[in-house]
Amino acid sequence: MSRYIPATEDERRAMLEFVGVESVDEFYSDVPGQVLQKELPRLPKALSEPEMIRHLQGLSRRNKNADDIPCFLGAGAYDHFIPAAVDAIVSRGEFTTSYTPYQPEVAQGTLQAIFQYQTMVCELTGMEVSNASMYEGASATAEAAVMASVVSKRTHILVAKNTHPQTREVIRTYCWSRGLTCEEAPWADGRLDRKAAGDRLAKGDVAALVVQSPNFFGVVEDLEALGALAHENGALFVVNTDLLTLGSIDAPGKYGADIVVGDGQSAGNSLNFGGPAFGFIAVNKPLMRRMPGRICGQTVDREGRRTYVLTLQAREQHIRREKATSNICSNQNLCIVAASVYLSLMGPKGLREIGRQIMAKTAYAVEALERTGKFTRAFPKVPAFRETVLLCDEPVDRLNGRLMDAGILGGYPLGRDYPELANGWLLAVTEQRTKEEIDRLVAVAGGDKR
Amino acid sequence: MKKTPMDTLFETSRPGRSGFTLPDLDVPEVDCAGILGTMCRENSPRLPEMAEVDVVRHFTGLSKMNFSVDDGFYPLGSCTMKYNPKLNEMAARMPGFSRIHPLQPENTVQGALELMHSLGAMLAEITGMDAVTLQPAAGAHGEQTGLMLIKAWHESRGDMKRTKIIVPDSAHGTNPASASVTGFDVVEVPSDSEGMVDLEALKGLMDDTVAGLMLTNPNTLGIFERHILELTETIHKAGGLVYYDGANANAIVGKVRPGDMGFDVLHLNLHKTFSTPHGGGGPGAGPVGVKAQLVPFLPVPVIAFKDGAYHLEGQNVHPKTIGRIRSFYGNFGVLVRAYTYIMSLGPDGVRDVAEMAVLNANYLAKRLSALYPMAHKGHCMHEFVLNGGPLKAETKVTSLDVAKALIDAGFHPPTVYFPLIVPEALMVEPTETESRETLDRFVEAMETIVAKARQEGPEAFHDLPLTTPVSRPDETTAARKPILTWQFDQE
Repeated sequence: MSRYIPATEDERRAMLEFVGVESVDEFYSDVPGQVLQKELPRLPKALSEPEMIRHLQGLSRRNKNADDIPCFLGAGAYDHFIPAAVDAIVSRGEFTTSYTPYQPEVAQGTLQAIFQYQTMVCELTGMEVSNASMYEGASATAEAAVMASVVSKRTHILVAKNTHPQTREVIRTYCWSRGLTCEEAPWADGRLDRKAAGDRLAKGDVAALVVQSPNFFGVVEDLEALGALAHENGALFVVNTDLLTLGSIDAPGKYGADIVVGDGQSAGNSLNFGGPAFGFIAVNKPLMRRMPGRICGQTVDREGRRTYVLTLQAREQHIRREKATSNICSNQNLCIVAASVYLSLMGPKGLREIGRQIMAKTAYAVEALERTGKFTRAFPKVPAFRETVLLCDEPVDRLNGRLMDAGILGGYPLGRDYPELANGWLLAVTEQRTKEEIDRLVAVAGGDKR
Repeated sequence: MKKTPMDTLFETSRPGRSGFTLPDLDVPEVDCAGILGTMCRENSPRLPEMAEVDVVRHFTGLSKMNFSVDDGFYPLGSCTMKYNPKLNEMAARMPGFSRIHPLQPENTVQGALELMHSLGAMLAEITGMDAVTLQPAAGAHGEQTGLMLIKAWHESRGDMKRTKIIVPDSAHGTNPASASVTGFDVVEVPSDSEGMVDLEALKGLMDDTVAGLMLTNPNTLGIFERHILELTETIHKAGGLVYYDGANANAIVGKVRPGDMGFDVLHLNLHKTFSTPHGGGGPGAGPVGVKAQLVPFLPVPVIAFKDGAYHLEGQNVHPKTIGRIRSFYGNFGVLVRAYTYIMSLGPDGVRDVAEMAVLNANYLAKRLSALYPMAHKGHCMHEFVLNGGPLKAETKVTSLDVAKALIDAGFHPPTVYFPLIVPEALMVEPTETESRETLDRFVEAMETIVAKARQEGPEAFHDLPLTTPVSRPDETTAARKPILTWQFDQE
């Protein structure tokens, strides 16, 4: 018996006897004989705990991690500092090994954590209502697009082409399966091309204008103008953003966003090779009952004490089945607990300070790279945050190869997704990058091979 | 467990406090407005301002208001709340797994890709499928992905009229919801008197608009669909595909494979059968396995081993793919835990899981059958459903009352009021990781509760639970007058 099963051989026999069977095979008597497995599955032999640790260390060492290679790569996953207290809290078994809080009396910890998280998301996004989390930013954006189509009874989704390529791909997949049409609006000078978007919206059949800000190029969009454009044409305005950036950048809710979605990995969650982290979605009250996923609400118990419960469940799959607003059930709860601890430690001042350091370090890195004469900024006229598009005088893959040889993880090669930016290099600079690391990046990228 | 509710973060906050300091800025200062112009945020979000010690005490206090598997027995039916090994947690936190960027060059993440490739192969072997994608973030996401594959397969054959997905009336709510969000019409098939899919009724639904059937086996009553081969054959003859909902796979791993029963596509909940923790509602993972005819449609990227190295292949290599269903590659940290679990179990260990889960369930069912009628006849699989209808008729004590009384006895209650086809259902899943003493203590608690119901009637239950930080919440007001964020102005 494996080390995770307490029953001894004697206990097993006694239990079989109590049930009145000779062997466990009798429990499987309804399984047609021809499909009952005669052989054991072909799996590797069991490893003891010490053997397993050695095996995992072997696999883990074959990956270069951000502790060893300073990370200037972003494009949807960011290397921000995570205080030790975050993992100390989310390692507690009471958070890790509990189920969805369907029995509120024994889940007030998780429920209050969700309620507080919802409050923080609303404060950051400038919206009135948040749910308890989504899988990640891309599928959250696709769910927002579907929701907009249901609300507006229109079938076309217009997505800015400077939205993360993977987000656009996920929206396309969801649209195909729902019978919706997904179209893309071009960009100009790094921002969504307002004229082209306006022309398409004017046809009056677009359910949602979906934009990302800061967009895939790191450029902050003019949300006020884009929100007005969407609303003039009867479309919902869906803004995809990154939770951490909202400590420094104005809240999309201030500019008329109807649905704000995005990724929260940057707030207290490790890179984890792309997951788990979490997505968020926030709306204003009129759309509250159209939202996907779990929502926690405040109420009182029998004694009038403040109590939290999952609420507005008439939207959800376990009540409404095929009429639910979404099929989402398990979400990313432990990741939002991590984010809540992170945001509580940082507070508004901490987030602002992180933003200040990101902007200063970005400016320092970009200016130094430009001074090498090998790089120019692609979009110098528009504001950018945390990420900058640089045009490089050598193929980006070669540049990144030289950097990796020097132990540095370089930026994202934009030519993969944007042929018009063939030598485009998307450089991410977080507060984690030191002057020394930036200087080394500049030296190697600028041609010095030390 | 804590006895009383706690202040919120927002009440605990004191202006000027902070739980973190950054290093001094080592490059020249810039001005926010100079960079962001008018988009520079002026009004600060009202996030808490707290010292680290107060943050840690707050969240530690919250944790003490939760019941968890680490605290005790959690027999929540269909949720497979087994013990979550600590080794798996340690594995996921190794920097070579937790500190790698998803877009790093492939040659710098070969260990991670190998782990995923091996996990996919092991899950395919366990389920009898030809290929597995690890991307879906949860069970419902897996269902949605699997249904997209069914849709893409019919469309690729030019068969555009397949609009119906058949779902048993005993199914999990995610099944019809997933079919609906994937653009299918949902048709319900009834259960027969034994709680299995009514084969004749199913045959009556067959026509050329049937895209497929979704089935959980063992089903939510905890019984194995005896006619499984006829069921899958019926769907195949009508030109449809059969989907296996792996929520109850803990009963069958190493014993019988969905791929051998005629299923074409399935998902597994790694946070159920494969021991990754539920986290209070995620993150989970819902890998999807398929038979050969569906392999070309799998979501991208696909992890392949070629020329001595692992690669991430996109749409250029897999032109028929349904596309991406999420960013990057799935909940990788969850995959590391599941990989560690399977490698720790080995072939015998995997079979032991199912056999012991089923033995524990039958032992517990037999002991409880003195108190409650069972919704199944004969033996059960890994879980069983108690019919709370007679107790309610006799004593007016509901299954919800019994659930709350169990909380005071130190147990997490079973799933209540599901499946919908059993009145006052109490759905019990003990899992393989519980000892006989734990099961016996649970039986004693149930005996005490049923005796109390008979002797004292419903009034004795109305105020339960008494041992928790709060008593029963007013859910009606919560839904009618929703308060969904902290009300700052009440301070």
